Amino acid sequence: MTTLQAPIQPPAKSLRWGEGALIGVFSLFALFSIVVAAKAYTPEFAFHAYLFAAASIAAVFAIGNRYMNRPAGPVPQFIDGKPNYNMGVVKFATIAAVVWGIAGFLVGVIAALQLAFPLFNFDLPWISFGRLRPLHTSAVIFAFGGNVLLATSFYVVQRTSRARLAGDLAPWFVILGYNFFIVIAGTGYLLGITQGKEYAEPEWYSDLWLTVVWVTYLLVFLVTLLKRNEPHIYVANWFYLAFIITIAVLHLGNNATIPVSVFSPKSYILWSGVQDAMFQWWYGHNAVGFFLTAGFLALMYYFIPKRAERPVYSYRLSIVHFWALIFIYIWAGPHHLHYTALPDWAQTLGMTFSVILWMPSWGGMINGLMTLSGAWDKLRTDPVIRMMVVAVAFYGMSTFEGPMMSVKAVNSLSHYTEWTIGHVHSGALGWVAYISFGAIYCLVPWLWNKREMYSVKAINWHFWVSTLGIVLYISSMWVAGILQGLMWRAYTQLGFLEYSFIETVEAMHPLYVIRALGGILFLTGALIMAWNIWKTITTPQTAAERELALQAAE
Amino acid sequence: MATQGTSIWSKHQIFEKHSYWLMLGILVMISIGGLVEIAPLFYLKSTIEKVEGMRPYTPLELAGRNIYVREGCYNCHSQMIRPLRDEVERYGHYSLAAESMYDRPFQWGSKRTGPDLARVGGKYSDLWQVEHLNNPRSVVPASIMPSYPWLAKTKLNAKHIGEEMRVQQVLGVPYTDEMIAKAQDDLKTQATTDAADSDGLQKRYPKAQGRDYDGNPGELTEADALIAYLQMLGTLVDFKLYDNQANVR
Repeated sequence: MTTLQAPIQPPAKSLRWGEGALIGVFSLFALFSIVVAAKAYTPEFAFHAYLFAAASIAAVFAIGNRYMNRPAGPVPQFIDGKPNYNMGVVKFATIAAVVWGIAGFLVGVIAALQLAFPLFNFDLPWISFGRLRPLHTSAVIFAFGGNVLLATSFYVVQRTSRARLAGDLAPWFVILGYNFFIVIAGTGYLLGITQGKEYAEPEWYSDLWLTVVWVTYLLVFLVTLLKRNEPHIYVANWFYLAFIITIAVLHLGNNATIPVSVFSPKSYILWSGVQDAMFQWWYGHNAVGFFLTAGFLALMYYFIPKRAERPVYSYRLSIVHFWALIFIYIWAGPHHLHYTALPDWAQTLGMTFSVILWMPSWGGMINGLMTLSGAWDKLRTDPVIRMMVVAVAFYGMSTFEGPMMSVKAVNSLSHYTEWTIGHVHSGALGWVAYISFGAIYCLVPWLWNKREMYSVKAINWHFWVSTLGIVLYISSMWVAGILQGLMWRAYTQLGFLEYSFIETVEAMHPLYVIRALGGILFLTGALIMAWNIWKTITTPQTAAERELALQAAE
Repeated sequence: MATQGTSIWSKHQIFEKHSYWLMLGILVMISIGGLVEIAPLFYLKSTIEKVEGMRPYTPLELAGRNIYVREGCYNCHSQMIRPLRDEVERYGHYSLAAESMYDRPFQWGSKRTGPDLARVGGKYSDLWQVEHLNNPRSVVPASIMPSYPWLAKTKLNAKHIGEEMRVQQVLGVPYTDEMIAKAQDDLKTQATTDAADSDGLQKRYPKAQGRDYDGNPGELTEADALIAYLQMLGTLVDFKLYDNQANVR
């Protein structure tokens, strides 16, 4: 007799709830998009509807394909007692940040050239300055900056919570959905689809899509915090959470529109004139405050201590910094509307809080810089630390300049001029981009299990080439802005305006050329970084090196 | 990160250990400033003074405004004259809140790479505007503005302008049902020199200027609409009659 021993059966594979639901939703959405495309009022809108349809179908296939290839059981939360981190999404967003960054800097260079030499508009509607400028701002802020924030927040929240990212498909939905939003927004600008509100140009349907993505983002982040295996929520995560929540609130407030029809790309906003202006700059300034500041301060609070191997300078200063910063920032919006038809009381409130804002900003800067106490020698030896420290220094500089420009007397000169552009770029290039580059240089070796970046020398080159670019950029724009402001208000001895407007435009030309040169240098630096990242990921390493890298990642 | 003892700092642990408390704390902190600065603008009467002359945009002006928004003109041109001596002398009377009361979105702008346009209406001839849009350097040699040669060549697509007015009516813009019903007629009337129903247009939209704007009477182009919009900017309020003390209480 033979005993029949049943072979051990692997558990039967079945579609998870989320997979089934998403396949269903995306299939329906693809059908709906095709109907909208067929009845669209404009060909541009039809194009977008087809994009939505194509992306939905691709999503259905991607989920199906993933199902076929994945093991049957649930994803283990721990492997050998260590959290089974989800780093795939972080890798994707890191690479996306580099790609979008280069695209955004390139568009910035073209826009700068257009202002120096209008020939570069090529008389084509799609790339004329008015459409390219929003493409540049959105590409660098939301595409580059956004992907840096997605990548680092998903990395940091996992490492500091010692827990795998919440959700199965949700993190991928966030990353891919966000990048799809970027594609819709960017192609929309080129095709002339815009709400006409700075930094909130995407139309109603892109806004709705982003809302769904963003709420999922909040949930993934929050649930990961909830299942953390550390008693405390690390300070960087406070800043990430404030960034995610506030951006959601701002987005809803400033994009409260009614579409003309589901077949029309056009919508009209609930608020008009003065109220719309106040909503816009409440949104606009806090996009700076929460997207470009709070979010990137989270990078500062994680990557600088980690890289310098020093604890954050002061725990109490972190607490004061955090609550003071988020409370005060929200009030600063009206300084964009000094001497306009916005009521005086609102302008004065905006100015007062902008000046107060200097304090928490510098508190944060001190906390970041002083984290290097005892490790200052690393400035000489580690170009990544140098990049991040220079970023914090630029943060300090622009958060002094900002409050100064928000004083009404100063603003009467600086408003409407290139000074604003210079100020924005000292923050955007010096602070946001540099802290991002620093974080990317940390992340790439950690994510791809390498000991270091392929070439430290190339990081040095990136640093110096782009620093020179920043200096050319901001100094030319400071000179341009102050010159412009002074020329506009100059009077002759007889009491007539001294310059016609076009004379002030002509005076800008050499400075616009210098600015474009600065932009080209900054772009060059980013290309060096991209090459370095490419080589780091693709160069195979010896077994000994791999061992070292794994140890370093612990 | 832990602190010892019973100092006030240890109270902060509630936010560090409970993500919902942290979220609530953040929501409270970011709500206060926005509420204080935005909410009163909707009920304080002094926010928007009552001014004679303001009316909603005509269908043609609205279509032109849509093109202004589409091309991103606000990236380089403001529509907000500040009450500063040099600005008032260069551009005209400072802008009133009421003058943008029907603007969705507002187009005050934040940058003057080119001059302010709040009162550009009537400052240049239609012919100048046509030439300037087609190639700015043909009339202003040092200009750095892009050329917009496609505007005069593209037929205006304003099939759905009535629907757009209907949405604004829902939002509170005083478009009447008659205005919406006559939208397509008014559009053509305003773009035609000596049109038949120009009296009706005047009645519905006082001070509306009706004529062929782009020098091409055979076709209703995007240039017609955009120039109609530019030529009415800042012309609705008569500052000879405006009394800046009228609303002072």
